[in-house]
Amino acid sequence: MTNEELTNTITSWFPDVEFIEEGSQYLTLLVTKDKLMDVISKLKEDPSTHFDYMFCLTCVDWPEHFQMVYHLKSSDLDHMLVLKVNLEDKEKPEVETVCKLYATAELHEREVYDLFGVVFLNHPDLRRLLLTDDWEGYPLRKDYVDEINIVTL
Amino acid sequence: MYLSIYDFSSFFQSIDNWLTSTFPEPIATIIVWILIGVSAIAFTALLGLSLVYAERKVAAWFQLRIGPNRVGFQGVLQTVADITKLIMKEPLTPGTSDKFLYNLAPFLMMLAPFIVIGALPYAEGLQVMDLNVGVFFVTAVSSIGVLGILISGYSSNNKYSLIGSMRSGAQVVSYELSAGLAIMVIVVMSGSLQFSEIIEAQRDGWWIFKGHLPVWIAFVVFIIAGTAETNRGPFDLAEAESELTAGFHTEYSGIKFAFFFLAEYVNLFIIVVLATTLFLGGWMPLHIGDWEAFNNIADIIPPIFWFLGKVSALIILIMWFKWTFPRLRIDQLLTLEWKYLLPISLVNIVLAAFIILMGWHF
Amino acid sequence: MEETIISPDGTQEYFINMGPQHPSTHGVLRLVLTLDGEIIEKVEPHLGYIHRSIEKMCEKDNYRQIIHLTDRMDYLSAHMNNHAVSLAIENALEVEIPDRAKYIRVIMDELTRISSHTLWWGVMGMDLGAITSFLYGFRDHEYITEIFEETCGARLTMNYNVPGGVMFDIHPNFVKHVKDFIADFKTKLPEYDTLLSGNVIFLERTKGIGILTKEDAISFGVTGPAGRASGFSNDVRKKEPYGIYDQLDFKEILYTDGDTYSRYKARIDEMWESIKIIEQLIDNIPEGDFQAKTRKVIKLPKGEFYQKVETARGELGVYIVSDGKMNPYRMKFRSPGFSNLSALDRMARGGKIADLVAIMSTLDLVVPDIDR
Repeated sequence: MTNEELTNTITSWFPDVEFIEEGSQYLTLLVTKDKLMDVISKLKEDPSTHFDYMFCLTCVDWPEHFQMVYHLKSSDLDHMLVLKVNLEDKEKPEVETVCKLYATAELHEREVYDLFGVVFLNHPDLRRLLLTDDWEGYPLRKDYVDEINIVTL
Repeated sequence: MYLSIYDFSSFFQSIDNWLTSTFPEPIATIIVWILIGVSAIAFTALLGLSLVYAERKVAAWFQLRIGPNRVGFQGVLQTVADITKLIMKEPLTPGTSDKFLYNLAPFLMMLAPFIVIGALPYAEGLQVMDLNVGVFFVTAVSSIGVLGILISGYSSNNKYSLIGSMRSGAQVVSYELSAGLAIMVIVVMSGSLQFSEIIEAQRDGWWIFKGHLPVWIAFVVFIIAGTAETNRGPFDLAEAESELTAGFHTEYSGIKFAFFFLAEYVNLFIIVVLATTLFLGGWMPLHIGDWEAFNNIADIIPPIFWFLGKVSALIILIMWFKWTFPRLRIDQLLTLEWKYLLPISLVNIVLAAFIILMGWHF
Repeated sequence: MEETIISPDGTQEYFINMGPQHPSTHGVLRLVLTLDGEIIEKVEPHLGYIHRSIEKMCEKDNYRQIIHLTDRMDYLSAHMNNHAVSLAIENALEVEIPDRAKYIRVIMDELTRISSHTLWWGVMGMDLGAITSFLYGFRDHEYITEIFEETCGARLTMNYNVPGGVMFDIHPNFVKHVKDFIADFKTKLPEYDTLLSGNVIFLERTKGIGILTKEDAISFGVTGPAGRASGFSNDVRKKEPYGIYDQLDFKEILYTDGDTYSRYKARIDEMWESIKIIEQLIDNIPEGDFQAKTRKVIKLPKGEFYQKVETARGELGVYIVSDGKMNPYRMKFRSPGFSNLSALDRMARGGKIADLVAIMSTLDLVVPDIDR
């Protein structure tokens, strides 16, 4: 499906999702936190979209919110889509896990939890992945300070 | 009795005569014991050194490398240097291990080969003791070695060691069956358990040539089972460095590790000597039936060289296996033994008996 | 750890730490195995032993410096990693790079792929207990490394790509040596088959072992030869061509069994395809510039840029979020090894320890790539 067809299809399913037009080579979709599971499971299950391959899952620490970024692709239809979720609560970012839909998300979400401190609800095994269990802070956050290891120029 | 200028027995007889005439009887006996003991230890050490060197050179040859070439001429002193290093290293004992068993295991490993090398025939008259149940003695005693592996794995208090030793236990116990049955074929053919008589039976041709099908099968089975019994590749599951780091000897260091290392090579030697003696006529030169001229020419080469030549050929064959084949998995290993080798060996021994009954062998 | 679980027949589960120092994890990967005897019940990877936080470092560095960090991720696909970042930057800047640079980059990529696969082949044999293959694999790996050294000055971390092209022109002997290598390697590659592929023990150890279904491969995001062996057609070179891959004639290797043997065959076949690609290019390297003019200080426009590249291990994704400054706001590397590793548990369950080693070997994990 082309991006236009995708836009039309998705709008017909979820009239209130927001499309971000600029600044990305992929069709980008912004959904709210509580809509995420509905949207993503519909996108995966429906044969006309069939986004069954999540090739990237990450998070960006913007000054006013955390943004979860899900890169999706369909293995047989070959179209791509970026799904974004803004987590407004910077103190306690929480979002539902997608690892029931995409097995790869389990490790990727643990990594995001480890480096950003985003809590994934209902994740089967949410622990630190790369850092030691007693590490303080979340290094990829912009406000993370480490005077010894981070050299600022 | 056929006499040969290469017979060692007159040489040893003269030493014995001189000792008994110079010293009183009990002292002479003790001196003989000491001489035998010292030469056994020296022989084992020399064997270990040369086989390790040979293995490294053969491996290098298979692997597009040169191999050891710095210490001594063509690296011949490399293994001496290695052993020196191992002797000088601290033999660690892990704090949580069963200390008595842990320290006992390497010696148990060495015990079996030490006892066995005395019973093997190396050349005419070059044998410590020609037991009338020699074959039986060698197979029985050499299985003590697995005890060393089991104890070392159990006492190290390391799970890798334990898995390794359990694998080895299952493996050696299983493969001894087919090895034993393969040996039985020759025993049935020769009608004796004594090494000298088995070799004598091959004066007019080695068993591999005159034994027909059952001996060929037995030879292949014995080589496979023997390789498995010595825990060498492709049956080196007890060590399996890519799976179990170093298997049963993970925790050993220094001279204790050297014992395991040495035992592996001496065991290899024992298996090969057994194969040579049983199937390839031991030190017996190549004789073909009643071809007098050919047999006389073959006799010119001393038996000890015949023996060493055959042993080296088989050792290179077994090393070839190790450096070519991937390792089997434990269940495949046991399948191979219990579902293929053992039934084949059982049928084979019946076949051998039948052939002898009909007098079809030469 | 938790309460001991005793099964009805009185046996007890136990745990083994495989790694971080273990011969077959090839680096500092630690796997906690739950075992019942020799049978694996669970594999749990513990990562981070070589985590250097490359993504955080990228946020401090400018775009030219970032390329040099990527060598250190998947060091066996150093060229492809460089290529991915360079492409992402070039696409963002909308720079058209000269044809000569494109050709050189693709040749280098494919040479890297061959060198990575030869090394993998050697190590695979070693993991299965056939140590000899290791040295055969290294023989050919070494040959390519020397070609790299001649042109790039480095053997492993080449740093040859820069935004706009390649850092300097190829060495005068490059074409000749690559041709020599291809001619030589064509006679050496069949040796690989005679040493391992046809061996009975090897077939026993690999066929039907560690099966990964297509659905699982997609769900776990297993890409590269490992994914394609399960039938997951995801060769970035075909699906989203970059460089000059769209003008080249090569096959995407696909198998459907998804077992260890298919993954093995997929890589062997990929080497043949790489040879084909290099042969198409090596005589036709166009004359001209090897680098497009770019500004000294690169500033990417605001926005997000995602670039996929097919490395020897699978799909490498470079995700740059730029806020218009000279360093990225956020940089994410979607490394193939990380996703491939996540499927290990699914594949190894129910197998033996020896199977786990074989499976890990065909996933071709490079630990710095996983930990980043």
